[in-house]
Amino acid sequence: MKYIDEFQDPELARRLLDDIHATVTRPWALMEVCGGQTHSIIRHGIDQLLPDQVELIHGPGCPVCVTPLEVIDKALEIASRPQVIFCSFGDMLRVPGTGRDLFQVRGEGGDVRVVYSPLDALRIAQQNPDREVVFFGIGFETTAPPNAMTVHQARKLGIANFSMLVSHVRVPPAIEAIMSSPNCRVQGFLAAGHVCSVMGVGEYPELAERFRVPIVVTGFEPLDILEGVRRAVRQLERGEHTVDNAYARAVRPEGNPAARAMLEDVFEVTDRAWRGIGVIPDSGWRLSSKYRDHDAEYRFSVDGIRTEEPAECRSGEVLQGLLKPHECEAFGTLCTPRTPLGATMVSSEGACAAYYLYRRLDMPATKTREATPVV
Amino acid sequence: MCLAVPGRVLDIEERDGTRMATVDFGGVVKEVCLEYLPDLQVGEYAIVHVGFALQRLDEESARQTLELFAELGLLQEEFGDPWETAAAEAAGSEPVEEVRNQ
Repeated sequence: MKYIDEFQDPELARRLLDDIHATVTRPWALMEVCGGQTHSIIRHGIDQLLPDQVELIHGPGCPVCVTPLEVIDKALEIASRPQVIFCSFGDMLRVPGTGRDLFQVRGEGGDVRVVYSPLDALRIAQQNPDREVVFFGIGFETTAPPNAMTVHQARKLGIANFSMLVSHVRVPPAIEAIMSSPNCRVQGFLAAGHVCSVMGVGEYPELAERFRVPIVVTGFEPLDILEGVRRAVRQLERGEHTVDNAYARAVRPEGNPAARAMLEDVFEVTDRAWRGIGVIPDSGWRLSSKYRDHDAEYRFSVDGIRTEEPAECRSGEVLQGLLKPHECEAFGTLCTPRTPLGATMVSSEGACAAYYLYRRLDMPATKTREATPVV
Repeated sequence: MCLAVPGRVLDIEERDGTRMATVDFGGVVKEVCLEYLPDLQVGEYAIVHVGFALQRLDEESARQTLELFAELGLLQEEFGDPWETAAAEAAGSEPVEEVRNQ
């Protein structure tokens, strides 16, 4: 517990850790689903403070990482068109498509703009009626409601020059896919807190029961993560597998009903390809036919794009928890944040970037106790 | 993008038929849509993601989280200039803390 002084409340962190150490009798593998949680775990060296028997496996919870290459290439193609103002969140700028990224498209003269909120893109459309404004709508259940509201507003206000390139993904089908894999080692989940702030916890009991796996809704501050681990380990040691909410200050069982209603109105569930993983049934949303006028895929002809993933990139295995970032041969050599092969390295929430940033370069393939966290 | 940050409502107004608020995130002030938390009042806290209030939060939890985010540089990461970060990365700088916190 060498690094515990870095915690916001070191005494509480110590008590949680003591409890985890006292509870564990056997090895357990837990997966955190949220990229923000992965970042927090590596940044604070939480994985190194836990007992040796508790392994944290990083899940596919970074929306930037899992956006398929084909969709990135569609975005690059649309953003290159002279009549288009292409709006995106900032963390998509350096995600590599086939050969280039949005940052380079801007350097080549494309009108690429970064917005804080999708509503900013809608305002740009109002201010530029002679241009086509396209917003890059990616993200999990936390980001989907703001994007849904923006499309709804565009239609309500009659803003005809606004469209959205939609590539939203859903967490529960990803959990199902991970648990269904023959190589799966995951025995418990730390569910993404802010996804549950929107969706509530109603989708999880069936998964917990079917796969006999505890699912603990968890925040992403260091103490939240320790508490999530503590509750998951307690269940595992007792042979339980229920849904537990360790992030009650931000998650109500029903989630946010207004946001869920808007999601149902604007989107429809669809199969979605996850970068590096492949197609997961029912794992995404697309705009429903009612909003087709605002669907950039229909407005712009971007079919027939051929994509090519770098052969050396093993991000798919990293995203499924089958491989730790530093176990990839390209990690830190061919693949760095400056020259990323895949999105798990380019996104700041990606597991590979987190490992690189916090100097896990020299770690051997097995869990190391003595590696020193930077922070 | 993935970060959802607690903020305090300073002001509320209707715009284009939409309930909007001015929200303070530990010193950074942004416009936020309240359509998903329509009964949120001035002075209350909420978790905000990409310009939308998604869930109410009590003051103490919000304050603690904001302090932690500020300490970790996450607020700058969320509200800083992404073009500067992208340019630094494209120019060859690794996204180490010094760059990320500019």
